[in-house]
Amino acid sequence: MKTVAIAIALLLLFGAARLPYEIHLSKVQQADGFRTTNLNLPLREQVGQMGFVAALSGFRSLVAAFLWIEAHNAWMKVEWGRMAALLDTVTTLQPKSVLYWDMSAWHMAWNAALAAFQDPAQPSEVLRRRAQRQYWELGKKFYDDGLKANPDSAQLWERLGILDRDKFEDHAAAAQAFLTSATKPGARPYVRRMAAYELAKIPGREQEAYDLLKKLYDEGPDERKPALILALKQLEEKLGVPTDQRIKETK
Amino acid sequence: MTSPARALVTAPFFSPTRIWAMAWNTLTELTRLKIFYFLLIFALLVIGNSFFMARLSPEEEFQMLKDISLGAMSIFTSLLAILATAMLLPKDLEDRTTFTILAKPVPRYEYLLGKLLGILLLLALSIVVMTALFLTVLWLREQSALGEYRAAFAQKNISADDFARAVSSIQSVSFNINLLPGIVIIFAKAALLASLTLMISAFASSAIFTMMITIAIYFIGHLQATAREYWLEGMDIQWWTRPALALVALLFPDLQAFSLTDDIVAGNPITTALFTQTAALGLLYVGVYYLLACFFFSNREL
Repeated sequence: MKTVAIAIALLLLFGAARLPYEIHLSKVQQADGFRTTNLNLPLREQVGQMGFVAALSGFRSLVAAFLWIEAHNAWMKVEWGRMAALLDTVTTLQPKSVLYWDMSAWHMAWNAALAAFQDPAQPSEVLRRRAQRQYWELGKKFYDDGLKANPDSAQLWERLGILDRDKFEDHAAAAQAFLTSATKPGARPYVRRMAAYELAKIPGREQEAYDLLKKLYDEGPDERKPALILALKQLEEKLGVPTDQRIKETK
Repeated sequence: MTSPARALVTAPFFSPTRIWAMAWNTLTELTRLKIFYFLLIFALLVIGNSFFMARLSPEEEFQMLKDISLGAMSIFTSLLAILATAMLLPKDLEDRTTFTILAKPVPRYEYLLGKLLGILLLLALSIVVMTALFLTVLWLREQSALGEYRAAFAQKNISADDFARAVSSIQSVSFNINLLPGIVIIFAKAALLASLTLMISAFASSAIFTMMITIAIYFIGHLQATAREYWLEGMDIQWWTRPALALVALLFPDLQAFSLTDDIVAGNPITTALFTQTAALGLLYVGVYYLLACFFFSNREL
């Protein structure tokens, strides 16, 4: 009994001694993007008791991987509602995975939206269009939430721009997303061109688009793609740029 | 010829040779128990998984491969650390090996250190084999995926931009240098669990008791950080809950601190400072639990 009492006292003493270090380490880990997942009651309902226990026991990524495979199976069976719920759970479990956010948004905004628009069971085109738009919104939500967890992901900013451009036809939002992507580490070299093309479509922002395209053109032959030259020439015409300041390319 | 009494007097206080001999013997004993068969299951899981994942896109496949392989590594090493260590002392007592060893001029702390090092060797060996297997499969799948894109590019099925984008995308999701410190942290967690199990085993009456208690601590340890947060950050809780939470925070190890691979496989980089600090915490736990095991074992009637 005496040994047990001494042992507990020693454990408590050790606990008290390591406490400041553990608090410090926990803060450092959180600042570095670790231990940020919120394992709360809604998640418990989403993943079930066993999944929640596994996630709590340090197997969060493993649970997410199995749920992703389930989501893939739901996709194969064209069960969009179930798939959306599974993707939501996966991204909650693994918020740092850019791939999960990107693929989830793509599945919703492209695959599920198209399926909803082509739904043979729904004769009303208005309702089909509404369902399609709801899936676009869901895809956008995945990108927005993904960017909250990974604000420096060039990939997510780029894909958000593509969604704004191709689905919502919101050129200002698309241009802004591409421009933000260009400032992030690992950005693709073409996103600045994509931003300029979008700016050129916005009435009143042609000068901004021209300046960006001209800057890219001046960077050298690698940037002088046919589409860029064509856009630049159209803007020169539209803005009335003096002949001596126009680019020399003939095509 | 020295008498036993004289040998006891002249025996060194701490002998690395003796400890190494006991550690090696422990590793040999555990190997004879065919414990390494679990590596076959790991191999089946990793290789089988990679074939099944061929249905997914290369990026998804690599993510799954990393998630499942590192998750399995974590499960296997944690289970191995708990189950193998829980058996060590009861088995030695049953075989009377303990009495044979301790009848010689071997202090109990050396005996325990030998056992602990033996199990750590087993864990290190297992982790190395699993890592080699995982990295080989990852590399083979990466080469296969890149080969497909190279072939498509050579046949002009995809543009140079698309090819560069695909290659960069695959390379960004396949091997990542941060996986290696992540695997070391998995080892640190397993080492912590081994020393914790040894501490419990030093006073426990049976291997089953040790296993049950350690597994319970394993689950509570993953909630320790939450208990600590509630205790210290003045959350709105019942007055009597606070001392209970304080007990949990002080008595149990913070195992969430070692669950970094979940975020590493998702692409979150780990800094050298963070890795060092986390590994140091693991080392501290191992050291303290070993000392407590010595304390319990020295007071134990054999």
